[in-house]
Amino acid sequence: MSDEILYEVTQNEYKYGFTTDIETEIIPPGINEDVIRLISKKKNEPEWLLDFRLKAYRHWTTMEMPDWAYLKIPPIDYQAISYFAAPRKNAPKSLDEVDPELLKTFEKLGIPLEEQKILSGMAVDAVMDSVSVKTTFRENLAELGIIFCSFSEAVQEHPDLVQKYMATVVPYADNYFAALNSAVFSDGSFVYIPKGVRCPMELSTYFRINAANTGQFERTLIIAEEGSYVSYLEGCTAPMRDENQLHAAIVEIVVMKDAEVKYSTVQNWYPGDKDGSGGVYNFVTKRGICKGENSRLSWTQVETGSAITWKYPSCILLGDNSSAEFYSVAVTNNHQQADTGTKMIHIGKNTSSHILSKGISAGVSNNSYRGLVKINPKAENARNFSQCDSMLLGDKCGAHTFPYMEVNNDTAIVEHEATTSKISEDQIFYCNQRGIDTETAVGLIVNGYAKEVLNKLPMEFAVEAQKLLQITLEGSVG
Amino acid sequence: MYFSTRLLVCIMLEIKNLHASVNGKEILKGVDLTVKKGEIHAIMGPNGSGKSTLASVITGNPTFEVTKGNVIYEGIDLLELDPEERAGAGIFLSFQYPIEIPGVSMVNFMRAAINAQRKYRDEEPISATEFLRLMREKKELVEMDTQLTNRSVNEGFSGGEKKRNEIFQMAMLEPKLAILDETDSGLDIDALRVVANGVNKLKSNENASIVITHYQRLLDYIVPDYVHVLHDGKIIKTGDKSLALELEEKGYDWLKK
Ligand SMILES: Nc1ncnc2c1ncn2[C@@H]1O[C@H](COP(=O)(O)OP(=O)(O)O)[C@@H](O)[C@H]1O
Ligand SMILES: [Mg+2]
Repeated sequence: MSDEILYEVTQNEYKYGFTTDIETEIIPPGINEDVIRLISKKKNEPEWLLDFRLKAYRHWTTMEMPDWAYLKIPPIDYQAISYFAAPRKNAPKSLDEVDPELLKTFEKLGIPLEEQKILSGMAVDAVMDSVSVKTTFRENLAELGIIFCSFSEAVQEHPDLVQKYMATVVPYADNYFAALNSAVFSDGSFVYIPKGVRCPMELSTYFRINAANTGQFERTLIIAEEGSYVSYLEGCTAPMRDENQLHAAIVEIVVMKDAEVKYSTVQNWYPGDKDGSGGVYNFVTKRGICKGENSRLSWTQVETGSAITWKYPSCILLGDNSSAEFYSVAVTNNHQQADTGTKMIHIGKNTSSHILSKGISAGVSNNSYRGLVKINPKAENARNFSQCDSMLLGDKCGAHTFPYMEVNNDTAIVEHEATTSKISEDQIFYCNQRGIDTETAVGLIVNGYAKEVLNKLPMEFAVEAQKLLQITLEGSVG
Repeated sequence: MYFSTRLLVCIMLEIKNLHASVNGKEILKGVDLTVKKGEIHAIMGPNGSGKSTLASVITGNPTFEVTKGNVIYEGIDLLELDPEERAGAGIFLSFQYPIEIPGVSMVNFMRAAINAQRKYRDEEPISATEFLRLMREKKELVEMDTQLTNRSVNEGFSGGEKKRNEIFQMAMLEPKLAILDETDSGLDIDALRVVANGVNKLKSNENASIVITHYQRLLDYIVPDYVHVLHDGKIIKTGDKSLALELEEKGYDWLKK
């Protein structure tokens, strides 16, 4: 690929960069115990939750930011961040009550709530900044005993469930960002699927950063009781912004006996401009536990946004015969950096895990896969297969693979394969000769390369993700 | 007056004193070639004489640098066009070594190609039903295994399947000027017949073909109007189809000085 061509394709500015003018209520920047008490009070939280936040905060102050990832993270001034922001108006009960500005924003994003509701039969829990603005289809779900609401609501209405499961998969002391989130988390989603219930629709949440200088500390908890099933979609995109924005979310998933959870993400936070200024820092802790026998968890992610991504959706395979999957496409362009992968911790017998990671690097970006497969001594007959592919567009970007294996049981079969490929000039010319311009050719080839992962996404997401891949790489190969 | 206008209309491709090099090494050293509508030209010549390079230069492969000369295609300066614009203008190359594109299915690839070319001609994208009909029809024409179109472009295709796939694409895209670069190499007689059939079906008063080959046997099926011998980057002899037979018998040495 000639550099000139590469240059052209990488020069497209972020297409979803814009901000809306919704009045936002912001607690003054900075973090201390008083701020945490204030957050908790504003959210009318029970005593135990405040205690949890304070414990997390105190622990966080003793921790250091991790530096083992293949990332260059500029210093973050945690005292310059606002830890709470909420749309000022009261949460509306119907679409008519939703701030028209917000509706416009969703339209720009191509997510008209109204249409999505009707056309896709999807329940959309739209999270704007930190407070849930809109939840649909809740009543239908409630009839089945399914709870799908904002995390804050769950704290108010189902405190016993929250208290029972929260932080059981990701303890507050787990890591630096998890501790920070546990101290200051604002809102997020809560899902509870009762025993034997198949959730009849994809549950979906659109996240969006909308207040300048406001850290995002989402917290999601999904509980799938015995024999239940749910597919959960998380998608996000953020407005153009100069300041760096910190996003440190936690997602916890508990999967009981014979239950199955599919968690899909399309991540499109603002990546910064083409010179590497601005962009979201996405430091996320996602982990699930396959608690019961025959339980199944699958993570599928399409990561195209953020200036820096630090994210390892993981699974603890505790139940016998449980299985987990991690399917990932991570694209980095311009100055983006991603260090992402998974951890599969095999504890139960006959557990299996499958990892498929497809990295795509362009521009001067760096894209790393980091994955741990750990087989505990008692995990008889554990199986893991990992495939980590990297694709390079141009020769100024980097792709790295860091597979870690700790196998402590002789009956385990752990396999790892890795490939690195480039889009060759011959391939581009072959497409050109058939009339296909280079940009379309790159889109075709990249989508072909990522196909196995994209195919795992629910239909409506897969289409969006395909477009996103092409948009993200526009300009990266002429 | 009348005569010259007619001539202009008839000429599809006019190559004059074409020089081209790769990495500073000159490969084409002054090629002259005129192809009129309705004609079939065969280009023969020993390995390394520059046949594939000529095909690459006509189709705009950026690996090769044109250092001198010009190429006029249907009255326009071909060298000014991007490769995809040349394709859109109706030039097709059946590659000597077709390229594999993992993950991209033949179906998606063909649809993208057809729609790109339609766009170039200001036409609407092809409908799903029309596309499927076309696929079926052309697959039958080149007797291509149905399975192949569901697979990734050329990935894991045998040599023969790749060549057949090139002819399939040619049939789908219906070019004005088809260049076949050793499409017959490594084909058995059945496949050869299919390839020839593909070319002959395309033949009309409006179209033209340039058939690059080593073997006279293809020319039993595709009857050329002219046979050219390319040697060391130049056309050193031009004749009719009997020249191919002569070359088969005597080799190329008698032509080299
Ligand atoms: N990409 C390339 N880089 C360097 N040399 C090349 C390249 N392509 C072709 N050549 C050289 O150009 C000459 C002509 O090659 P080619 O056009 O493929 O011949 P033919 O098709 O007649 O066998 C050969 O000497 C070949 O080695
Ligand atoms: Mg050749």
